[in-house]
Amino acid sequence: MSILTLYNSLQAYLLVGALLFGMGVYGLITRRTLIGMLIAGEMILVGASLNFMAFNRFTAPDPATGQIFALFIMAIAAAEAAIGLSIVIAIYRHYRSIDAQDVVKLKG
Amino acid sequence: MNPSLFSADGLVGLIFLLTIAITIAGGIIACNSERLVRAVAGLMICFIGVGALYYFLNSPFVAMMQVLIYVGAVAVTISFAIMLADPEQSSQHGPINALSGPFGFITAALLTVGLALIALKTMWGDEPKVNDGSVKIIGTQLLTDYSMVFELVSIVLLISIIGALVIAREGRKS
Repeated sequence: MSILTLYNSLQAYLLVGALLFGMGVYGLITRRTLIGMLIAGEMILVGASLNFMAFNRFTAPDPATGQIFALFIMAIAAAEAAIGLSIVIAIYRHYRSIDAQDVVKLKG
Repeated sequence: MNPSLFSADGLVGLIFLLTIAITIAGGIIACNSERLVRAVAGLMICFIGVGALYYFLNSPFVAMMQVLIYVGAVAVTISFAIMLADPEQSSQHGPINALSGPFGFITAALLTVGLALIALKTMWGDEPKVNDGSVKIIGTQLLTDYSMVFELVSIVLLISIIGALVIAREGRKS
């Protein structure tokens, strides 16, 4: 298999999806601001969605199912971003900071 | 089967490699840059690259929705929140926790390597397609087989929009 025919192999898409997922996890545990964590969470969702689409193209018998699932993931991600950002705005108004270290009122 | 670089297949392969490079570069910017505005710009680049990958996967409709929803709505909303909350001034003290240094990198790298090994070592099956996955079939299935899920997602979106308005409005005395 040549490097120029990679676009026809399932593994190339799965590797990109795994890489996006890993970068999202890295960002989620190293970011200190809440918005940075939200950005990393979106990357995790995109990595999962890319996996669904790759399996949909290469192995699933019905190629509409994975596309519909990816559309549902997009809808849930949009809802998550709206809720998360409104929580960030509320936290900023209350604490004057969106640093995850400063928001420790619920810490035991 | 080894196409030359300047045949049609070779050019498609070259564009595919370029797409992967754009996606990964955008992801690296999104999770490593110091300033959040640059992280959002990297996120947009990454999303556009993923949209192009969806195009390679025979689904131009999902590619369009990816650009429309993620780049057009989610990333713009995040950049609005960055402008409203002004996070740049509050990143002056030491590391967050034990996982924020090299341990975080090791954790993420282990996850990535594990997923990649699963992807490479498994023999994935190949079944014959029952339809061509066009937009017409997606629309038909959304309103017949998946109509319940469709309605539930609509309700979730409605509730989340109302909830976002209520939460963001709290504490604003006018």
